[in-house]
Amino acid sequence: MESKHVNQQIAAMRQSFFDEEVLDEFFSQLEQLEDQNNPNFVEEVFTMYFRDSTTLLETVEQAMKTISITLAKMDKILHQLKGSSASVGANKFLNEINKTRQVLEKGNLEGTKAGIWEMRKEYDSLKAKLEPYFQLKQANSVPQEK
Amino acid sequence: MNVSSVKGSMSISSSTSTWKAGDTISDQFPAGLRVLVVDDDPTCLMILEKMLIACLYKVTKCNRAETALSKLRENKNGYDIVLSDVHMPDMDGFKLLEHIGLEMDLPVIMMSADDGKKVVMKGVTHGACDYLIKPVRIEALKNIWQHVVRKRKNEWKEFEQSGSVEEGDRQPKQSDDADYSSSANEGNWKGSKKRKDEEEETDERDDTSTLKKPRVVWSVELHQQFVAAVNQLGIDKAVPKKILELMNVPGLTRENVASHLQKYRLYLRRLSGVSQHQSNLSTIISAQDPTFGSLSSLSGLDLQTLAATGQLPAQSLARLQAAGLGRATAKSGIPITLVDQRNIFSFENPKLRFGEGQQQHMTNKQQVNLLHGIPTTMEPKQLVSLRHAAQSIGNMNMQVPPHGAQSSQNNPLLMQMGQQQQQQQQQSRGQILVDSTINHAPRLSSSMGQPILSNGIATNVSSRNGIPENIRAPGYSQTPSMLNFPMNHASELPGNSFALGSTPGVSILTSKGAFQEDVNSEIKGSGGLMPSYDVFNDLDQHKLQSWELQNVGMAFDTSQHSNSLQGNLDLTQSALGQQGFSSGQMNGHNRSAAVASKAMFSTGDVKELGSAQNVNQHLNNLLVDNTIRVKSERVCDTSPANIFPDHFGQDDLMSALLKQQESVASSENEFDFDGYSMNNIPV
Repeated sequence: MESKHVNQQIAAMRQSFFDEEVLDEFFSQLEQLEDQNNPNFVEEVFTMYFRDSTTLLETVEQAMKTISITLAKMDKILHQLKGSSASVGANKFLNEINKTRQVLEKGNLEGTKAGIWEMRKEYDSLKAKLEPYFQLKQANSVPQEK
Repeated sequence: MNVSSVKGSMSISSSTSTWKAGDTISDQFPAGLRVLVVDDDPTCLMILEKMLIACLYKVTKCNRAETALSKLRENKNGYDIVLSDVHMPDMDGFKLLEHIGLEMDLPVIMMSADDGKKVVMKGVTHGACDYLIKPVRIEALKNIWQHVVRKRKNEWKEFEQSGSVEEGDRQPKQSDDADYSSSANEGNWKGSKKRKDEEEETDERDDTSTLKKPRVVWSVELHQQFVAAVNQLGIDKAVPKKILELMNVPGLTRENVASHLQKYRLYLRRLSGVSQHQSNLSTIISAQDPTFGSLSSLSGLDLQTLAATGQLPAQSLARLQAAGLGRATAKSGIPITLVDQRNIFSFENPKLRFGEGQQQHMTNKQQVNLLHGIPTTMEPKQLVSLRHAAQSIGNMNMQVPPHGAQSSQNNPLLMQMGQQQQQQQQQSRGQILVDSTINHAPRLSSSMGQPILSNGIATNVSSRNGIPENIRAPGYSQTPSMLNFPMNHASELPGNSFALGSTPGVSILTSKGAFQEDVNSEIKGSGGLMPSYDVFNDLDQHKLQSWELQNVGMAFDTSQHSNSLQGNLDLTQSALGQQGFSSGQMNGHNRSAAVASKAMFSTGDVKELGSAQNVNQHLNNLLVDNTIRVKSERVCDTSPANIFPDHFGQDDLMSALLKQQESVASSENEFDFDGYSMNNIPV
């Protein structure tokens, strides 16, 4: 049973994501791929995405801590993060990644650290925003919990 | 439309079933397009798959390049197009691209979040038909079918132009999609499968409707003509159209020539880089036990190269090559073990190299792919033809004993060959190799008839498989031929770096040395022969320039057998020693081999490791004991003792080596692979 009120809430949440540019049109693209057979496609994608990107981000943070950081390695990880984040439409987070990559390219270690810190903030924020969204959506669309 | 029904060697007939010429499919096209998508990022993979399904394509996804390659190999006609990410952990996307281009000739689209100009350019140069920037839009995917159609259309066009169209009604380009798709399919099948399933397809082709293109068998004569045309034009300027014109062979299409040229270039590239190795390889091969089966196929190619270099009688080479190449293409349907396939490639590459000699090497860096396409499913028949070719080629009388005592026999034979070759030049080598290969033809699967390919092959082989052992290696057959070739060449070919010098055994070693560089690259990929393809690619990409030039320079400059031989020997030895490690591993296991190869490639860029892994898999069969091969990197330390660790008839090798050394006397080897220091081995 869908509650009109909850639906509105969901819609509002969703809109805020776009308004705040937390997500971009690629997220919409994903939504378009959802259909009868795959009603939770977007959520599935994000589940997978959060799983891998968490690890990647941690790796990057870890790498920053170690003394000998291979720039190339770092960049590789950031590149991976970039690819998947772009594909799911995580706009703000993607911006942070790009900024950090640019700084990294210049060899600015400190700047990179700061960049990663920003990335972390944005990432946590993204997760904090989307997880309740999906939960709500899920709960709202089907009587039972998935 | 029964898209799904078309799979595997679906030969044209089956494939056509999917796209019934002009029947149902046309209406639905591009729905049902069979797409293989490769991406290590699971999120992206998931999204892409969904998008492709939304486009009504039939999707297969892989998260590893190796998996993708094996899927493609086992089902050559099962896919219409491939989408691959650029950055993948196990294999560079571009390498995969090259592999696919050579082996399956499918359109490949690269994807990446990286939109840097360099990367995109790389995609272009490696033959990608498109490059998509991530995040990929679904709209972009909706149009990927155009690449499939375009490719088929081109094939058709070639076909038509050649005027040898067998097919009846199919016009290459139908105005509507429907026709196009169906004919495209047919054409596509034909074009891409032409080489691979030559044999199988013949029958099936007949069944298919229109688009059947007559299969082209690259006979010795034909190949000779081809080589002559290429030489006339200059390897850099040799474009399929012009070659076709020069050759003036009725019924030959530009497409045929193009694919053959690709292989040839690869071969040449290999040869140039590998010349040294090859010599080593050949030596080793000869020492080993010529599994010649595969060699035969290769030897054909190598022979060609040899011939090109002027050593081998063109005819023989042509014959051999044709056999090899022909087989390669024809056989796509044949489930050649990966190893074999790899071997084929590796062999071929080196072979080509020789033909062109040095120039090619340098220029062909990129061409490596050419050979890949030549699946050398060496079948006994092939071997036989090779054998013939071989025989005619040289005066090598090394008639390899029908296969009997492989290593022991080979060795002596090789040795003979080596010696003779020195005098004769590579041709003889090729012959001998061929002979040996042929003899062992039945053994294709078995160890490679290494000795035979002294010239081009040898190097490849040795480097790869650790040739000495190769002979025994079951999968090797293919490589051996290759190896031998190189080796022989080295010594003989003035240009070639194979400083194989005399004894085959030695040559093997030498080729190894020569190979060292090549091998490195090669080894990397496969640990054994196989990766010549990979190796080369890498080489080309990275170091080819430095390396090959080095090698080539070394090899060629010397032009002295002895020197090169010596060098090769040394290299081989070290290579062998090192390889021994790898080869030992390889024998059984791809993985271990891969590891071994990895270890071996101490070079900085071991990019190839990934490919090495692949190669290893292939090599599995082959080299089992290739201690020798892999060593290319280590060339410097040649300690005979450690070169042939176990498998290989060390004694044989050693004797070969020693012999060589004695005969060589002169410059240790120009190569001295010091220059090499396999550091460059692009892994």
